[in-house]
Amino acid sequence: MEPSGSSNVPALRDGVLAGDPAALAQAITLVENKLAGWQPLLSGIQDRVGRASVVGFTGPPGAGKSTLVNEFIKEQRRRKRTVGVIAVDPSSPKTGGAVLGDRVRMTDTALDGGVFIRSLASRGRLGGLSSAAPQIVDLMDASGRDVIVLETVGAGQSEVDIAGLADVTVVVCAPGLGDDIQAIKAGILEIADLLVVNKSDQPLAKEAVRQLKAMLMLRQGAGADVEVISTIATSGEGVRELADAVDRHPRARFSADERASRRLAQLRRLITEGALQIVRHRCEANDHAVTELGHAVLRAETDLESASYTLLKVILG
Amino acid sequence: MAFKTKLPLKILLAKVGFDGHDRGVKILTSILREHGHEVIYLGKYLMVPMVLEAAMQEDVDIVGLSFLGGSHLTYCEEIADGLRRRGLSQVGLMVGGVIPDKDIERLKNAGVHAVFTTNTDTRDILTFLDAFAASRVAPSTPADS
Repeated sequence: MEPSGSSNVPALRDGVLAGDPAALAQAITLVENKLAGWQPLLSGIQDRVGRASVVGFTGPPGAGKSTLVNEFIKEQRRRKRTVGVIAVDPSSPKTGGAVLGDRVRMTDTALDGGVFIRSLASRGRLGGLSSAAPQIVDLMDASGRDVIVLETVGAGQSEVDIAGLADVTVVVCAPGLGDDIQAIKAGILEIADLLVVNKSDQPLAKEAVRQLKAMLMLRQGAGADVEVISTIATSGEGVRELADAVDRHPRARFSADERASRRLAQLRRLITEGALQIVRHRCEANDHAVTELGHAVLRAETDLESASYTLLKVILG
Repeated sequence: MAFKTKLPLKILLAKVGFDGHDRGVKILTSILREHGHEVIYLGKYLMVPMVLEAAMQEDVDIVGLSFLGGSHLTYCEEIADGLRRRGLSQVGLMVGGVIPDKDIERLKNAGVHAVFTTNTDTRDILTFLDAFAASRVAPSTPADS
């Protein structure tokens, strides 16, 4: 589907570095689908990566993340910053298809050249992000976007990936749903650098803020000072305060050294994940061997763990 | 499940102009997802440049427009023309909704690849998309598999 062959890579790279949105769009396709030339393209931009600040938005479905991001984008534009947005929605595990519906709430800046929005399907990746998300952040960064906003699949407890990728992670919740609070208790509350109670014109909003603050008070050490911000995304109320809180957050002002070490941590994770992905692909490619091993376990000729080791030998041998 | 080696089509669905009847386009969104495509639903009451900008940023394979308000000719011509002017002539264009038979020829001449009138069997849309995908340059094999 993608016309860009490897011969176009230098031109594509130049386009990305020059901030050309069409080149950025094609570069993202190349990297997302790992089409010919994606690796030289990425290595060709590495020396221009590390300038943008990355803000992550996550939280349960229906909390108003996309609407809040729409307002957050507008606030960044008022602050004269260019914005890149990566909005991730889930892929169906059954068909691989996806409805990418975040962009429908982000139309206020649809004709603003300073805003570039890209929708991504999670494509089987657990953890709330698409596996290509880190590289797409790099592409947007290299293309000169000042602020990159990541919005993740709002599934609940597993979106911890985002914390490794964003400088500042904003966890958005809404009042009135007891299980909302339950959902963020154990999982994503811990990764929040900032907590937002959206829809704060609703009657239970004050209660939600109180509960969150009470929960934070019980935390020891790091993370106990997480700010709780009330917003009404549909009217933009509280969004300036949110942007201020992001700007003054210590993690938003990483030194070059801190950025380098964060990047190393990110790369370590990506390498490990890449290795796991190769193993998964090869397991799938050796379906026949897996079936045979399954029968062997059924016949009690071997046990599960030994069968897994045998499979590893088969796929890596 | 094992991920497909074939890439899904990336499809942008939208409604432009003063036409709020979006039941059909939303149903189509679900059907296309069920068929394994990645669908961006852009919403209704949009202006032509918003659709063009989204098609560019999302690097979609095909744009689908739904019309039930009689304004399909003007808008389709504008969008087909806009895609060409922006260097996006590789992007497919399909149109559905309340469209008189007599307009189909003109739409196709304007650069619309497929027109689906009322009472279209959704399987015809899926068949068209499969053929559309196959008519394109075969996608490269993912490099890491």
